[in-house]
Amino acid sequence: MAEFDITSNVIDGMGPHGTNVGLLRVLGPAHVWALGVGIVLVGEYMGWNFAVGKGGAYAALIACWFAGILYTCVAMIDSEVTSTVAAAGGQYTQAKHIIGPLMAFNVGLYLVFAYTMLEAANAITAGYLISAVASLTGYAGTLDQRPFIVLSILFLAWLNYRGVLATLTFNLVITAIAFTAIIVLFFATTGVIGTSMMRHADLMSGPAALPYGWIGVVAAMHFGLWYYLGIEGTTQAAEEVRSPARALPFGTLAGIMTLLIAATLTWYICTGLIPWEFLGDGVNGSVAPLFDAARLTGSQPLLWLLGVGTLFATLASANGCINDASRAWFALGRDKYLPGWFGAVHPKFRTPYRSIVFLVPIALAFALEAPLDQVVTFSILSGLLEYTFMPLNMIQFRKKWPMGSIKRGYEHPFHPLPSVVLLSLCAITFFAVFLGYGTQLVAMIAFYIVASLWFHFWRYRFVSRAAQFTMPWPRPKGY
Amino acid sequence: MSYWIYAQDAAWALSAVFGLYIVIDWLRTDASYPEEVLTSSREGELEAMTEAQGGHDGGV
Repeated sequence: MAEFDITSNVIDGMGPHGTNVGLLRVLGPAHVWALGVGIVLVGEYMGWNFAVGKGGAYAALIACWFAGILYTCVAMIDSEVTSTVAAAGGQYTQAKHIIGPLMAFNVGLYLVFAYTMLEAANAITAGYLISAVASLTGYAGTLDQRPFIVLSILFLAWLNYRGVLATLTFNLVITAIAFTAIIVLFFATTGVIGTSMMRHADLMSGPAALPYGWIGVVAAMHFGLWYYLGIEGTTQAAEEVRSPARALPFGTLAGIMTLLIAATLTWYICTGLIPWEFLGDGVNGSVAPLFDAARLTGSQPLLWLLGVGTLFATLASANGCINDASRAWFALGRDKYLPGWFGAVHPKFRTPYRSIVFLVPIALAFALEAPLDQVVTFSILSGLLEYTFMPLNMIQFRKKWPMGSIKRGYEHPFHPLPSVVLLSLCAITFFAVFLGYGTQLVAMIAFYIVASLWFHFWRYRFVSRAAQFTMPWPRPKGY
Repeated sequence: MSYWIYAQDAAWALSAVFGLYIVIDWLRTDASYPEEVLTSSREGELEAMTEAQGGHDGGV
C-alpha cells in the first residue's frame, strides 16, 4: 500500500464516485482494542468513584455490573452493525443508512460533543496530575496547569494529524501499560503475592453497606457509566481497519471484556483499601482512587507505576477522543450535513486533517474555561442519548436487512433481548442523571432540539441526498 | 528557580511548535492540491481502490 500513489493522475477517478484521496486502511484488531479501551480506561483511574459517593461501595459495584450489561449490549449491537458499515462516522453512518438524515445529524452531534468534551476533561486532568506531581516532588509554589493542558491537546492533535497508524500504536502501548498497572496493583494488594491488605469487612459493614438505601443504587448508575464510557468509539475506525468484518467485532468485544475485568478489579482494590466517605468524594477526597490505593500500600514502585498509569490512561483517552471526534465531524462534512470543506483528507498523511484542526480550538476553549464537572456531564449526557438511539437502530437494522440479506462480520445472539435491555437500562440511567443533573439534562435536550430545527429547516437543503449513499448495500426489505 | 518553572516554559514552547507545524502544513496542503482532490473521499470506496492497487501492483 505504501508504494501505491493514491493521488496519481493515472488512477484518477478509479473509484465508482471518483475518490482520489481516502483514509488509509492500516489498522488491525489490536488498534481497535487500543482505541476503545484507551478512551475508557481513564474512567477506572478516576471518575467512577463518584458512584461510591452517591450510594456507597455496594451501590458502586451494582452500578458497575449493570453498566457492564448496558455496555455489553452496546458492544454487541455495534459489532454487528459496524461490521457491515465499513465507513468513518460510526453510529452517525449507521443512523444515516438505517434510520434517516435527522437522526444521523443528531447522532453525529452526540458523538462530536461526547468525544470533544471528554478530550477537554482529560486535558484538564493531565494538567492537574502534573501539578500534583510537582507538589509531591517538593515544588512550593502553585504550578500553572495551562501550559500542560495546552501541550496535551496540541501534541495529541499533531500525532492524529500525522497519521492514524502512529496515533493508535501509541495508544496501544500506553493503554497496555495503564491496564497492566491495575493488574499489578491487584496482585500486590490482595494477597496473591505477599499478604492481603484488603479490609472489605471493616470498611463496608453496618451503615456503610448501603448508606442511602436503594435510591442510592439508582443514583450511582449515573457514574457507573464512567467505567465503560467510550467503548463504542471503536466503530470510528471502520474506514481505516484492514478487515472491518473481522477487526471491529474482535477489537470491540475484546475491549469490553478487558473493561469488565478492569472495572471489577478497580472496585475491589479501592473499596478494600479506602473508606467509602473519602473514596466517594472525587473533588476533596480521592481524586485518583487507584493512585491513592497505591499510596496506601506504602510501596514506592507501586506509587510510580500507578502515577504513570493514571497519566497514560488520561493521554490515551484524549488521543482516542481526538481520533473519534474528527472522524465523526469528517463524515458529517463529507455528506454535506456540515460544510463539505470538513470532508477533506490529507493527501500525504491520509487523515481528516481539517476536522482535526477545527476541533482543536473548541477543545482548548472547554479545557481552559469550563469547569470539569460540567464538561464531564455534557459528555455523559451526549453518550447516553447515543446509547438510547442504538437499540432503535438495531431493531430497524434487523427489520430492514434480515439475516442472510447482507453479509455480517458478526451476528449478535438473542435479538431483540440486548436491545430491550439496553433501552431499559438507558431509561434507568436517564432517571439517575435527572436526580443529580436535571437542569443540565433539560438544557442539553433543548440544545439538540434547536440544532435539529436548524438542520431540518436550513442545512438539509445542502445535503447531496443521493451522493451520501455510496456504500454497496442491498436495498432494504420492502423498498 | 525550580525546574518546574522551566517545565512550564518548555510546555508553552512545545505547544507553539506543534501548533505551528499543524497550521503551516494545513495551509501548504490547501495551497498545493485542488479542492476536488482533497474532498473526493466517498464512503465505501476504499475497497475499490485497494482492489485496484492489487491489480496495479501485480496482484500483491
